[in-house]
This record gives sequence, C-alpha cells and structure tokens, in this order.
Amino acid sequence: MRRAWRQVWLHLGVWAFVLFSVYPVLQVLTTSLRPGDQLYSTELNLIPDNWTFDAYRIMLTEKPFLLWMRNSIIVALGTALIGVVLASIGGFALSRYRFRGHGAALQGILMTQMFPATMLLLPLYLLMRKLYLVDTLGGVMIAYVATALPFCVWTMKGYYDTIPVALNEAALIDGCSPLQAFVRVTLPLSAPALVITGLFSFMTGWSEFMVARVMLNSKELMTLPLGLESLFTTYQTEWANYAAGSLLVSLPVVVLFLLLNRYLVSGLTLGSVKG
Amino acid sequence: MSTRRETRLAFWFLLPSAVVLLAVVGYPFLYNIWISLTNWNMFHFRDPSWNNFAQYGYLWREMTDFSGASDFWRIFLKTFAWTGINLVFHFVLGLSAAMLLNQKLPGRTLYRALLILPWAVPQYISALTWRGMFNAEYGAVNLILAKVGLEPISWFSGEFTAFGAAIITNIWLGFPFIMVIALGGLQSIPEELYEAARIDGAGPVRRFFRITLPMLKPVLMPALVLGTIWTFNNLNVIWLVTDQGLPADKSHILVTYVYKAAFFYYRYGYAAAFSVFIFLVLWMIVRMYNRVARTEAY
Repeated sequence: MRRAWRQVWLHLGVWAFVLFSVYPVLQVLTTSLRPGDQLYSTELNLIPDNWTFDAYRIMLTEKPFLLWMRNSIIVALGTALIGVVLASIGGFALSRYRFRGHGAALQGILMTQMFPATMLLLPLYLLMRKLYLVDTLGGVMIAYVATALPFCVWTMKGYYDTIPVALNEAALIDGCSPLQAFVRVTLPLSAPALVITGLFSFMTGWSEFMVARVMLNSKELMTLPLGLESLFTTYQTEWANYAAGSLLVSLPVVVLFLLLNRYLVSGLTLGSVKG
Repeated sequence: MSTRRETRLAFWFLLPSAVVLLAVVGYPFLYNIWISLTNWNMFHFRDPSWNNFAQYGYLWREMTDFSGASDFWRIFLKTFAWTGINLVFHFVLGLSAAMLLNQKLPGRTLYRALLILPWAVPQYISALTWRGMFNAEYGAVNLILAKVGLEPISWFSGEFTAFGAAIITNIWLGFPFIMVIALGGLQSIPEELYEAARIDGAGPVRRFFRITLPMLKPVLMPALVLGTIWTFNNLNVIWLVTDQGLPADKSHILVTYVYKAAFFYYRYGYAAAFSVFIFLVLWMIVRMYNRVARTEAY
C-alpha cells in the first residue's frame, strides 16, 4: 500500500515537470497551426479551430527556408567537427600533463566566459575583415568554435580525469607512441564526452544569432536564426510562419538529443576548476 | 612530471585551441581595453582619441552618486538577484527532477527525454515564445490565470513583473542542464552507502544531506561556477523576453545595459569600460568560489 502511494506521488511529481517543460513547446505548435485570421486568439485549445498546415507549406515552398537550413547545417556540422577535434586533444593535454602554465591555461579557459560576449563582436569584426572572413560561413564557424570550445575542453578534461592513467601507460609500455596511445586507448573510451562536445558545438552553430547578424550580409548565406528573424518585418510579424519555422528548426536538435540521450548523462562531467 | 617528449605532445595538442581562443576572445578583449581608454562614441566615431581613463572616471561617478540620478546600483543589485534566484531554482528543480528520474519508474526514458526539451530548443526561440506567452491579452499565462479565477497580470508594464517574466523563462531554460549533470552524479553513488545509512537509522532527509549532496558536490561545484558566469552574463533572455528592457529600460541587468549603451547609444568607450568592470566582478566571484571550495575540502 505504501509502495503504491509512493508510485502515485512519484508520477505526480514527474508529470508536473513534464507539463512545465512541454507546455511552451506545445504553444508553438498551436500557433503554427492557426489559420491567418486567428493569430490573436484567446482560446487555449491545443489544436485551433480550422487548423491548417499552411504555415509549413509557406515556409518550405515560398520562403528560402531550405537555403537557410543548408547554411545552418554546414555551419553547425563544421563547428561540431572542428570543436570535437580541438577539444578532444586540448582536454587531453590538460588532463594528462603538468607543464608550466597549466593552471593558468585552465583559469584562462574559464576567463573567456567572463567578458560580455557582445562587446567582443566589434573587434572581432575588424579582425575578420582583415582576414577576408567577413560574410563567409567559415568566418562564423571559427567564431562559433571559439564560443563552444571552453565548455568542450572543460568537459573533455573532466572526463579524461575519470579514466585510469594506467590504461594509457600500459599502451606506452607496449610500444605505442603517446599519440597512438591517445588515439587507440583513451579516445575510444571517451565516447560519451565526445558526444556531449559534438552536440554542444552543433547547437552553438545551429542557434547562434548575434555573431551571424554582424558577420553575414549576403542573403544567400543567411542561417536559420537570421532567416527566422527576417519574418519580423516592420509592418507585421508572420507569427504562424515563425512558429512553423521554429518547430522545423528545433526538430533536428530535439531528435539529436533523443538519439544521444543515454550518452548525455554519462558524458557530462565537468572537471574541477583547479588543476 | 612528464617527460620532454610527452610535454611536446601536450604543447601541440593545446596549440590549435589556444590559437582560436586567442584570436576570437583574447585579441578582442585587449582591443576592448584600448577602446575603454578612448572617447569613442557617436560624436567621435571616426576619430576616437585617448582620454585618460575618463570613461572609468565616469563609471566611478555613477557608482558613487547616491542622489538617485544614477541607475548603477539598481542594475548592479538586480544582476545579483537575477543570478542568485535563477541559480537557486536551477539547482533545486534540476536536483529534484534528477532524483525523481533516478527512481524506478515505468517510462522514465521517455520522461527524461521530455524534461530535456527546454535545453534542446534554441534559446532565442524559447525566449520569444515565452514573451508571447506573457502577452497581457493573448498570452497563455494570463489566459490560464483567468481560467483559474485569478487577476490577469500586465507583465511588461511593471518593473517587478517584467523581471519576474524573464526569470521564469530562464528557470525553464536552465534546469535541464543541472538535471543532466546531477543524474550522472547520482548514478555513480553506490547503493551500499544508502543501505548502510538505512541500517544505521538515517531518515530520507538525513540521507540526502549526509550522502547525496556531499557525493554530488564534485560534479555540482563546476556547474555552479559555470552557471554563475553564464547567468550573470546572459544577454539573450532578458533582452528578448522584455523586448529590449521593457518597461522603459527598467528591466536591465549589467550586460543588457552595456549592450544598449554600445549598440543603441553608440557609447563604445563607456560600454567597453563597463565591460571591463563586469569582467572584474565575475573574476572576483570565481576566486571567492575557489577559496570556499578549497577551505571546505575534506
């Protein structure tokens, strides 16, 4: 009997959390299904009267949504790929070796997060212009790698810290070079942390807005966040289209999260701040 | 100490990250310090010149002006309130959710997936969605309040309620991150510890404070440090939810205030000096955390 009550309370608790988490997303769904004449409605129905997929049709056929999507996929995948490579080796160096400046490097990584990021935009723009990287997808990709990197290096370092050094040393004794030992022994054991790092970098590239707005001017290079913003014009906001677009944008990330769900929990071990 | 050959590997492994971070963060940071020492603003847009720490002097006068003309302390304290309230809720909700999901519960993989949703949706989309939900006439929040017989609230006309709306949004956004970190930590606590405590007669509250929390501390401390920095410097949520500081620039925290000063009033020099100040405040907070963490080592 006590056990049964316990289950009831547990479920009530979980459902309260589920409601809180899911409700705003359902709101977006509702808005996206509204026909054009009912955007301002005081109904709370999840499926509006006379619901329609018009907004999705408009987004996919009349707006350059697929072009935005293509640009965002290039940027986000590029960011994830570079981010994973740099963070996996950088984190390894910080986890396994003690060298002069080790503590300073760890502190420095944390410090990159402390300065208001938007104030870095202007000098960054001037620098990128000198390097001919303004208005290129490569330019924003570099900025995104730098945005995601501190967290990723930290995550990788934290995870490597939990893997016994002995495994690496055994490989060295067996005649592996330090590089081989890293690639063949440590890296395969770090899959969960690599997944987190990749996912985090991907999300940075997928949803960043400020840097993209400053760096990208060409219509052909617009990423998804810029594209969605273009629906807010001075005269009217295309709310239904925006909502439909938002769901289409969120869907790939949500699917990624679901697919990688079981790695998330085991991979997220931030190392301590102090070396 | 590592051998020379190994240290060389460490150098090459760190180099690419260092180059990227120095270029994208380090160089603009130093450039900002230079800007903060100039009079760069709307009137000296093309010809900024050195002006001897005048921007810092200006900042100092704002800090020491208690006549009510300066907004400095209101914004400063609001930033701490913003950070503190958000973190408390992130940790309480995140930990509670993690402990619920750590129980034997049918369908918990599904529940876990649903609870991660706020983290998976891009932040600007969530922020704008919540702004819509707080709309006085058509927003879901007020419609629900009306349904249960409460007075609707005009969220963005009052300083207090606008701030509350932004906080609710950010709590929603941030708790899954702590939940995931805590879940990982919970799963690594051996069940025998709880068994032993139960045999010794420790109740659930005692078990939580004597076993769960101390065992989670190593994973939660870094999350606390990072969470503090991220929340303190969170521009997006306040900016988007309150539509650039509604009502009438009253809902700013330090970073949104700086952003507005730089990109709407073109006071670059002043904004740069202010950013250096924000950086120093955060740096001191993190040092304080480190000191506490070290003295509490066990």
